[in-house]
Amino acid sequence: MTISTGSPWRGSMQEPAGRADLDAQRAAESYMLPSVEPVQLIDPDGRHVHNDKYPLPDGDSLLGAYRELVVGRRVNDQANALVRQGRMAVYPSSHGQEACQVAAALCIEAADWLFPTYRDTVAVLARGVDPIQALTLLRGDWHSGYDPYEHNVSIQATPLATQLLHAVGVAHAAKLKGENTVVVAMCGDGATSEGDFHEALNFAAVFHVPVVFFVQNNQYAISVPLSHQSVAPSLAHKAIGYGMPGERVDGNDLAALLAVLGKAVDRARDGGGPALVEAHTYRMQSHTNADDATRYRSDDEVAQWVPKDPVMRMRTYLTELKLLDESTEKDIAAEAERVAAALREGLNAESEVDPEDLFRHVYSEKTSQLREQAAKLREELSREQL
Amino acid sequence: MSTTLTFAKALNTALADEMEADPTVVVFGEDVGTLGGVFRITDGLTKRFGEERCFDTPLAESGIMGMAVGMAMNGLRPVVEMQFDAFAYPAFEQVVSHVAKMPNRTRGKVKLPLVIRIPYAGGIGGVEHHCDSSESYYAHTPGLTVVSPATVPDAYTMLREAIRHPDPVVFLEPKKLYWSKEDLELEALRSSANSFGRAVVAREGTDATLITYGPSVSTALNAAAAAAEEGRSLEVIDVRSIVPFDDATVMASVRKTGRAVVIAEAPGFASVASEIVARVQERCFHSLAAPVLRVTGFDIPYPAPKLEHFHLPSVDRILDAVDELQWEDA
Ligand SMILES: Cc1ncc(C[n+]2csc(CCOP(=O)(O)OP(=O)(O)O)c2C)c(N)n1
Ligand SMILES: [Mg+2]
Repeated sequence: MTISTGSPWRGSMQEPAGRADLDAQRAAESYMLPSVEPVQLIDPDGRHVHNDKYPLPDGDSLLGAYRELVVGRRVNDQANALVRQGRMAVYPSSHGQEACQVAAALCIEAADWLFPTYRDTVAVLARGVDPIQALTLLRGDWHSGYDPYEHNVSIQATPLATQLLHAVGVAHAAKLKGENTVVVAMCGDGATSEGDFHEALNFAAVFHVPVVFFVQNNQYAISVPLSHQSVAPSLAHKAIGYGMPGERVDGNDLAALLAVLGKAVDRARDGGGPALVEAHTYRMQSHTNADDATRYRSDDEVAQWVPKDPVMRMRTYLTELKLLDESTEKDIAAEAERVAAALREGLNAESEVDPEDLFRHVYSEKTSQLREQAAKLREELSREQL
Repeated sequence: MSTTLTFAKALNTALADEMEADPTVVVFGEDVGTLGGVFRITDGLTKRFGEERCFDTPLAESGIMGMAVGMAMNGLRPVVEMQFDAFAYPAFEQVVSHVAKMPNRTRGKVKLPLVIRIPYAGGIGGVEHHCDSSESYYAHTPGLTVVSPATVPDAYTMLREAIRHPDPVVFLEPKKLYWSKEDLELEALRSSANSFGRAVVAREGTDATLITYGPSVSTALNAAAAAAEEGRSLEVIDVRSIVPFDDATVMASVRKTGRAVVIAEAPGFASVASEIVARVQERCFHSLAAPVLRVTGFDIPYPAPKLEHFHLPSVDRILDAVDELQWEDA
């Protein structure tokens, strides 16, 4: 491996502009600001909305993405059911946010990387990770169940915003190695208040690395509404402070998400540097099954988001354009059922845990202390079996 | 051929040699590029290897640490510098929640071969936030390997070994030793056997064992020299590797001498020194002629420069502790 030459920095800060340059500079800065309204390409009634900057993805891509959307919804519902049945400890559902989930997975190539959070299981699955392996974390067998290198999907991070820096590191390493990798790094609206969010955006911008930061603004961080996190005009506005473009998009509009994320990914791949995309969406259910959302928000508020559902509007749009007919719809529903059945089967099967695993991966080689402790536990267990 | 090197230059040479040997090694942190680090440990590396291999980052320790995690995930071997012990704290979440846990979390699928270099401890008249002995925080975190060299040859070999190590290493550099000098055979060291993870007998003795590491090794050796003049033979163990801890070497010494004092600059309460005392009494109880004692810093925030000599383990304080080891001739 050789590390490519060239400065790791984008270049020094711009020199103070002369009068003649001021207009150019203003233009250079305003391209970093998000559009006035979140980008929408298909409205809640399923009608195409024209947008000069973002053309509608082609019918085939939309149909393929719709398939993932339906499967994602089914996965969320099934996972909730499995928690109720005691097969999983907890499930932070992305119900209502499935369009974001699907778009995050589909906007990148196989060799690219995805950095998801605890809420992004549907994105992880859409990237190709085995569902049972993905849910190992929530079943309680181990902290993570899949090999991050198999599909270039990092662990589902729990400490908020910490994964954004890992994403920057992966992108930075790729750049130094001369690999054309793009990284999509996900977080929630609440996580944008964490220091690591700011450090990650700043590092990405300063080192000019190909990371697309994708914030799912679902309006809440557990119980705390966005208004208590930030008084910025929008989360996407934060981008300009770091010198990268920010965009906001209707997070329940799969077509708009694919277009906006796709453009940010293309730009990053072409050496344009990082970008911040904020999706306006809504967490339709409680934070997790352990939470009670009625303590902090009204049913009326939730009801307002029901007609904005991401699945419905895509179905309407695709059906009216005759891209989706009854038999394809049935086929997709059957596939969703298959995935759900596999989840039930996999999670209903008793899983074995091995106490020796406690010591196996703390270090590449067990320390003498861990060898002693493992032997002690083994001895303890063998006595119990007598 | 023997060369005279400072501790700082030995570290610098180790970095350069490892960067030369392995193109995946990258060095970054605050002021490590053009300036060569506030202690000059990275001096000349940017010039020699280019600014993509040794570079300055924005001022954000969590950012430095988190980016290192991602780089290590993607095939590089980052060596990051935390400018001072107490300025590593903003990176603590990344260190504890990811650096230490990622390999275990992923069942060894993700290895993090990275090194966190931290100038630490006192004795240089530094103002607040520049003198902390922070080793216990790291040593208490399973998944981290924590080492501290006390000699110039160890500065060189241990840093090279740390960079080659498959797991994350917290590499604690006693600041007060940066300017210490020793003659050494660099070529011989370059091909010397791997002694990572092992303690060494820094001075042989028969009457009692002084167990210590990092900045306190030289103090312990001075105490042993003074004791010898009074006819008492003290063995000095340089722990070198706090995690993993070399029980075998330490216990063999205590079983031989039957008496032990543990010395460290950090506040004694719930410290590495406490852990060593506990281990010794658990394993050597029947060989002990006296309780194992400690000479540590007081349980106070690190004192201001004019007061630090009251706080730090001194030769006299070590000799006083040795005197208390219930000698039959006393
Ligand atoms: C550093 C840290 N602090 C607190 C928590 C506990 N916690 C888990 S999720 C959450 C809310 C996060 O909200 P947001 O970023 O909007 O993501 P969402 O859950 O809405 O997807 C909190 C406070 C955590 N996981 N990590
Ligand atoms: Mg939220």
